[in-house]
Amino acid sequence: MINNFLGYLHSNVTPGEAGSLIWVTIYVLLVFAGISVGVIFMNWFERKVMAHMQVRLGPMRVGPHGLLQPVADALKLIIKEDLTPANADKIVFWFAPVCVVMTAFCTFIVVPFGRTHAITDMNIGVVFMLGVSSLGVLGVIMAGWASNSHYPLMGSLRSGAQMVSYEIAMSMAVVSAVMMTSMATGTGTLSMIGVVQAQMQQHTWFVFSFFPVGLIALAVFVIAMVAETNRAPFDLPEAESELVAGFMTEYSGFRWSLFFLAEYTSMMAVSSMAVTLWLGGWLRPFPNLLGGRNWDLAFSLVPGLAFLALAALCLFTYTKMPRLKSMRSAALGLGAFASVLGVVGIVMLLPGVRDRVQDIFWFALKVGFFMYLYVWARTTFPRYRFDQLMKIGWKVLLPISIGLVVLTALIGVRQELFALVWR
Amino acid sequence: MSDNQFYESLPEVEPGHTFLDSKELVLNMGPQHPSTHGVLRVILKLDGEKVNGLECVIGYLHRGIEKIAESRTWAGFAPFVDRLDYTAAVSNNLGYCMAVEKLVGIEVPKRAQYLRVILTELCRLSSHQIWLGTHVLDIGAVTPLFYAFRDREEILNVFEKYCGARLTTHSFRIGGCRWDVYPAFIKDVLRICDDLLPKIDEYKDLITGNRIWMQRTKNVGCISADDCLAYAITGPVLRGSGVNWDVRKAKPYSSYEDFEFDIPLGVAGDTFDRYLVRIEEMRQSIRIIRQAVAGLPEGPIIARVPKVLKPPAGEVYMSVEAPKGELGYFLVSDGTAQPYRVRVRPPSFINLQALAKMAKGGLVADVVAIIGTLDIVLGEVDR
Repeated sequence: MINNFLGYLHSNVTPGEAGSLIWVTIYVLLVFAGISVGVIFMNWFERKVMAHMQVRLGPMRVGPHGLLQPVADALKLIIKEDLTPANADKIVFWFAPVCVVMTAFCTFIVVPFGRTHAITDMNIGVVFMLGVSSLGVLGVIMAGWASNSHYPLMGSLRSGAQMVSYEIAMSMAVVSAVMMTSMATGTGTLSMIGVVQAQMQQHTWFVFSFFPVGLIALAVFVIAMVAETNRAPFDLPEAESELVAGFMTEYSGFRWSLFFLAEYTSMMAVSSMAVTLWLGGWLRPFPNLLGGRNWDLAFSLVPGLAFLALAALCLFTYTKMPRLKSMRSAALGLGAFASVLGVVGIVMLLPGVRDRVQDIFWFALKVGFFMYLYVWARTTFPRYRFDQLMKIGWKVLLPISIGLVVLTALIGVRQELFALVWR
Repeated sequence: MSDNQFYESLPEVEPGHTFLDSKELVLNMGPQHPSTHGVLRVILKLDGEKVNGLECVIGYLHRGIEKIAESRTWAGFAPFVDRLDYTAAVSNNLGYCMAVEKLVGIEVPKRAQYLRVILTELCRLSSHQIWLGTHVLDIGAVTPLFYAFRDREEILNVFEKYCGARLTTHSFRIGGCRWDVYPAFIKDVLRICDDLLPKIDEYKDLITGNRIWMQRTKNVGCISADDCLAYAITGPVLRGSGVNWDVRKAKPYSSYEDFEFDIPLGVAGDTFDRYLVRIEEMRQSIRIIRQAVAGLPEGPIIARVPKVLKPPAGEVYMSVEAPKGELGYFLVSDGTAQPYRVRVRPPSFINLQALAKMAKGGLVADVVAIIGTLDIVLGEVDR
């Protein structure tokens, strides 16, 4: 049993494929914890980036550079009074945030953080992700309906219409990427791991294949995913200046924080999808330009070195902090944080660990890039009006994405024919 | 129309049915709402997202300022007018002081007049910066707000150094100004002028060419020149519709005739044109300030005014171009030391009338944009 348990560590498949129930459970817990920590970090990151773009500092007081601010906020939300409006539909009102959070987390079942770092590999992974992530709108509509109030109702109606219309363009862009998977092997795949492996075999990321088809497909997907997750400039369902807080208006305390959690989780989920389909998932950058064993070794050292660099930065800041009695705990906290980062960095440099962990690092880095795009867009753009939003969805993105599918097919067929003739 | 009358005019909903059974959705926007600029309450009649009609309910910030005037002395009422349009306290003050001066017949020294022009135009800049930040925020862009408030801070610092207060300055007195300039005043003001011009370009770069911004503002909240005149709308809203009317040019006061400046005009009378007009007004304000600083004459800053002011019985109307529009004061004196009646013509209140006309047929998001573009301050609407 123990052998069986440890034996998985040397296998090359996901726990779901290996059929190891214990490891699946461990992975589910790990993913859940990892995403939650990611949401907490994202909260801090968004506020910091927004603040610096808006000539202010953002959270600075709780922990060094406000690092503990999200923890304090979460604590505040949990101990806040959880109100239910008198005329609300109590059961639906209770179930709506649960539904939203559950669907958001469920998408991560198939997200491959590495070749072995996924809960399971489904042969219909891409479809599963699209399907489950679109179930989230159900919770939003339930929240709007159950609140029995005008603003939430309008917010949820907007959300429903918006998510349905952008889903189509999004799916069409995905189809274009999935079609590309069949180029080298001749057999296409819908498995999330399969998509990345296809990119590995073709020695390219799909964003660069059939240039510029892949790039346009990614652009369409990114626009649609921002709309899908109700983020600025498509944040109409929760448009603060119009609908106060949209479908979340009547929620407070812990249930509100569940919506918050779900929003950020689904942001990460769709970003993971974009990374998997177009940016080579867990693959390291520059596989062709900087190929070879030495470069592989060099790139596998990057995650550990990055953590060590962060630790060094924290230590440097620690030495620069004024030696005041009132700042002693903050300084100690920063020092402890630096040493934790340092230990993690050293562990990640060990040969056995670094090969398994570097996949996760590259994946997280690419997802982080998309999260930064989210924040960037939020600080930059005004909000669309409802009719304009619909117009973009149906009249711009949908024709483009359908055209992309046709174009991908045509180019693909042409290349296959070429290959046939040359042979 | 009162609240009750309004609700009675709505289609009947049978008992036991909810609002969802009716064809129209009645949405109560405000008085607590993020983008009604204070405590404006708007009752919207909606068909889905479309606005079929709306009704403004005001008075949530009513402080009875006009009535208070009747129990104060002429000079003692002056600080109260700061609280009308609290984003442009200096303009309010200027209007009131000039009205009393006109009633009594006081000639204000030239230096005080120039000083008043400098401070009023600085105040116009800061008011327009608040408008820009909040208007753009209403349309969904968060960032320009912080840039606008950062730059407004510089102006408020000058106010603070000049008179000690930042918001409700009460820097003018009947007959002139209370304080002469502090030593570095000219340097500070010129520095603001130099710094602000590139920053106004920065606002333009951030906003004007943005496609979403243009879609959200072009052909939104249109009002024709005739309608503007019919509603007695003034200020940038009127000029955005192409009517060349600015009290500073039409009936120059406080030496405005000495300065060269242009009146920016819009064409279409939509939200985008009003935005451009206000941005250009900021440039013109800087132009005026530079001329006033360059030509600031020497001399006394306040005329000889009796301690207890007893204007002759009579009435007088005096108006100035406040950042929001024509701000007028109608004073009635019965010859005593206290005003018999002070009536304020608040530009925000009169401009707000047009909201229903401009927003009808638009979408909910447009209502918010139009409230922003009318640039109302509820302190002035409700008084």
